Amino acid sequence: MHRSGLILRGHLVVVFAFLYIPIAVLMLLSFNRAGLPTAWTGFSLDWYTKLANSGDILSAAGNTLVVATVSTLLATALGTMLALGVSRRKPSSALDALLFAPMIIPDIVLAIALLSFYTLLDFTLGLHSIILSHVVFNIAFVCAVVRARLRHFDHALVEASEDLGASGFTTFRRVTLPLIFPGVLAGALLAFTLSVDEFIIAFFTAGAGAASTTLPMRIYSMIRFGVTPEINAMATLVMLFSFTLVLASMRLDKRALTG
Amino acid sequence: MRQSTRSLLLVLPGVGWLTVLMVVPCILVFVYAFFERGVYGGIDYRFNLENFQRTGEAVYFSIFLTSAKIAGLATLVAVLIGYPAAWAIARAPSNRQTRYLVLVMLPFWSNFLIRTYAWIVLLNREGLINRGLGGLGLIDEPLNILYNQFAIVTGLVYNYLPFVILAIYSSIQQLNREVLEASEDLGAPAWKTFLRVTLPLTLPGVAAGAVFVFVLSIGNFITPDLLGGGRIQMVGNLIYDQFLTARDWPFGAALSMFLIMIMMALLFAQAVAANRAQRAGGAIHA
Repeated sequence: MHRSGLILRGHLVVVFAFLYIPIAVLMLLSFNRAGLPTAWTGFSLDWYTKLANSGDILSAAGNTLVVATVSTLLATALGTMLALGVSRRKPSSALDALLFAPMIIPDIVLAIALLSFYTLLDFTLGLHSIILSHVVFNIAFVCAVVRARLRHFDHALVEASEDLGASGFTTFRRVTLPLIFPGVLAGALLAFTLSVDEFIIAFFTAGAGAASTTLPMRIYSMIRFGVTPEINAMATLVMLFSFTLVLASMRLDKRALTG
Repeated sequence: MRQSTRSLLLVLPGVGWLTVLMVVPCILVFVYAFFERGVYGGIDYRFNLENFQRTGEAVYFSIFLTSAKIAGLATLVAVLIGYPAAWAIARAPSNRQTRYLVLVMLPFWSNFLIRTYAWIVLLNREGLINRGLGGLGLIDEPLNILYNQFAIVTGLVYNYLPFVILAIYSSIQQLNREVLEASEDLGAPAWKTFLRVTLPLTLPGVAAGAVFVFVLSIGNFITPDLLGGGRIQMVGNLIYDQFLTARDWPFGAALSMFLIMIMMALLFAQAVAANRAQRAGGAIHA
């Protein structure tokens, strides 16, 4: 019994190494002096300076922030309303399927479906079409996180508030919202992260032109070109950014990301 | 306002958004699959079933087979690595379990492109693995471990392993410890308890994780593109080509529908399995 426990613990250590070594190597190499992407030649911050001076990358990063911010705000409002509405209605498997679909549908299928739809309507593509598209999967994630929070919600509090004469809106503002707020914020942070990192749907719905290039689209074309220390530097920044947001989201609501 | 009216008003905007920007576009793709490619790449609205027949042609069928093989392999490896990892987490002291789960899930929510790129850095001819093996004198020449099926499977396992661990962990968590103890008290050896009691009862978690990895792997586009070096085509790449290179949208639409049908069939099978396991679990409790 004791030995099997030791083997299991050893296995877990190996799994964590497998998950984190690739990321650690990437981060380490971003401080490598030489242009050689994989052999260590000394510490340097040159690649970060180069990154900070690249107009292309900065404008792509700006576009990504716009897309992520607007789509997160929209999805957080719609997703929270959905979660509140669903919690008060009879369970419906059709509605559950609709809310689950954006999480499981292959990105490429949603991407071509949206492209076909926008093309049929003669809708001009750009940052706004990426935003509309990102809201689709973000609604589902926000709604799932808030629903998990609502499962531990005491509905008697709402009834008490209404019995005491508070209006529906006051009850929402003073009772419901403060109680579910950590979940709402956790969902919003998660949606923001997903939107910042999303590539395929943005790629298909951005239309032509650099004006609507997002950071992942830029990263993708750089990666296809080859391994460079500059990508390592950018990858490090993007990973640290995601890690911070995701950890913040988990702190706010423990159940948010792990069910 | 009545309670039901209010909840309807809360649900409607979100449902509307998903209907207009997900359900309708997917129906559109379904409809396109029954038409013909126009001369200049548009849609010719003449009904036919040719696109679906083409998905069965040898060239395309072999791409489906390759994709299923790669996705199946990735699923198998992820479950084999993930099950003992989930078991180890579930056995840890409860205050540490959450910390471990956070560590498992953290990479999962970060940039997919970069996580895939990390493997180009590790696996290329000048990469860490080849240098390490060369330095130890184990190999004379760099191994070709990038731009092939091995690299694709590695990338897929790396990206989706966290979810498999999470899914299996939740089903182990729901396991009734008394049932396991009963099996052991009745004299069953540990391996028999595992095979006859633990495994069947945690199968829904395994199935949920496996279906997820398989579905996301078979429709994947980035991993084969970056780690396969464009040499290995999977369904995702084929769909991409039909829409952006060959400009044969109806055929690309038929391929997408094929993918969706595989996905729905697997999700259905998983739901049935979960239901059955729940009933079996109920029987044991009774």
